Amino acid sequence: MGGTTSPRGSVPHAVRLGVRRGWSEFVQSLRSSQDQWFYLFTALLAVGYLYLRRDTPVEGTDLMLPSVALPSILGAMVAFGLVIGPAYALAMEKEDGTLLRAKAVPNGLVGYFAGQLVLHSASIIPQTVAVLVPSFLLFDDLMAHPGGWFTIVWVLALGLLATLPIGMMIGALVPGVQKIGMWGMLPVMVLAGVSGIFYPVQALWGWVQVVAQVFPMYWLGLGMRSAFLPDSYAAAEIGGSWRTLETVAVLSAWAVVGALVAPALLRRMARRQSGSQVAAAKEAATQWVR
Amino acid sequence: MRYGDKDVLTGVEFSIEQGEVVCLLGPNGAGKTTTIEILEGFRERSAGEVTVLGEDPRRASEAWRARTGVVLQSWRDHPRWTPRTLLDQVGGYYAPYATPDRPRPVPTDELLDVVGLVDLADQKIATFSGGQRRRLDVAMGIIGRPELLFLDEPTAGFDPQARREFHHVVHRLADLEHTTILLTTHDLDEAEKLADRVMILAGGRIVADDTAEHLALRAALEVEVKWSRGGERFVHSTGDATDFVRRLLAEPGEPVVDLEVRRASLEDAYLDLVQQHEAGESDEAVRAFREVV
Repeated sequence: MGGTTSPRGSVPHAVRLGVRRGWSEFVQSLRSSQDQWFYLFTALLAVGYLYLRRDTPVEGTDLMLPSVALPSILGAMVAFGLVIGPAYALAMEKEDGTLLRAKAVPNGLVGYFAGQLVLHSASIIPQTVAVLVPSFLLFDDLMAHPGGWFTIVWVLALGLLATLPIGMMIGALVPGVQKIGMWGMLPVMVLAGVSGIFYPVQALWGWVQVVAQVFPMYWLGLGMRSAFLPDSYAAAEIGGSWRTLETVAVLSAWAVVGALVAPALLRRMARRQSGSQVAAAKEAATQWVR
Repeated sequence: MRYGDKDVLTGVEFSIEQGEVVCLLGPNGAGKTTTIEILEGFRERSAGEVTVLGEDPRRASEAWRARTGVVLQSWRDHPRWTPRTLLDQVGGYYAPYATPDRPRPVPTDELLDVVGLVDLADQKIATFSGGQRRRLDVAMGIIGRPELLFLDEPTAGFDPQARREFHHVVHRLADLEHTTILLTTHDLDEAEKLADRVMILAGGRIVADDTAEHLALRAALEVEVKWSRGGERFVHSTGDATDFVRRLLAEPGEPVVDLEVRRASLEDAYLDLVQQHEAGESDEAVRAFREVV
């Protein structure tokens, strides 16, 4: 139609607004006591566990348990946060009208999803800092070599690209916030149980090891261990190596699949958004038991 | 339009001219929201043709989006934002679509003033009352200086003062900005005040489409006559009030006092239609109403 074509630059403009939106929401989250409690509580659980077992030696090494378990826990926490965070946010914002509002605004969905990416990426920072700071104060021998910090950065970046789309896909698919427990929490908890966070994955049956190694959580933990621990510890891993190439390959594969599938699912979700859906969700919110 | 194998909208045909304020009335379940969602482009239709601002809303461009505004019933989004930050954010998306005669977006401060939220501009939205939140919804609906505005029960939950202020906003949009407005409401008084034209939707069909005055006038077949005699109240409905009252007064006996003659209003006509519709006589009701109109 004449006169109704989108002006040039309106999409990059919306991306910029979305980045600003995501940053605002991140700052709001840091200021919200609800989110502060979440960060503190998860950090307290993790650090508390490590503190209770601070004198437990790890078999076959001269390290104490916190040195080995901290990287794994960090990996799992990041994976958990990046799956459940966006899944919960999307399911919630489908129901409260945020997504519909974005749909009613020109290029609003572009801005909305850009904002989500920024918000959830940024939320890794308080999550990891809340665990790392007390851990470094309480425990010795955590970081074997300073080059590990560089490894942490790329493992986190790749882990982000691998797991964030999974969370968004779950959020796009779940019928409602109340179902996040079943379709998000539960599988992630099960994966955390078998991904070598609390005990070496080799202790499990062969087929469980295979399942664990299909998903990004195991590789995030492995990558984090490779960042924190001395190279000699690699002997305790599957294949006696950090398997850095495999880590990059599996996480990248998830990132590629996510980048291809998630936008289609998000578009489908957005297309289905309507006012009556939001109204129905509002009704349903007052009726928890059915 | 159909859900499963039930057609919910079967005879909905209308056009709205630029600058018109049109009100869609009808009982719950009549298809008002479905109709408006199809026009907003939020819902797929199973059949039929729709053109809004020259485009099919379901395949419309972002530029089309920029020319429309939407205010829905159930929004409770962005609880952690303040009106100022949220309006700045939402308004930003309209900036590339500004034209010389329609500068977009409306400046945040001007908008806060229009909807009466200046004092609450920096408060968290989560703390807002229902009416305050609706005013913010209205602000976001008009932030892009829309050429066409959809209002779905905009004053639900408003106190009388907020309602009057909102009516001022609508008049202002229609008169100064030449905004075309399609609104739904359950408040017939509001429909009469705001709308140039009223459409009544019942049983998935538009059964009436005219100005509020005409509808009330044409629906006024029956007139209600009330009076007292000897301490007793009487009510009677009649087609010819003048003749009835003449004969009533001519009757011997106690004098007639408190005489009151009331012509049926739009509300009476509407309620009658809805009542028949709900009693399962929708077809008959529609036919009867058509004959009247």
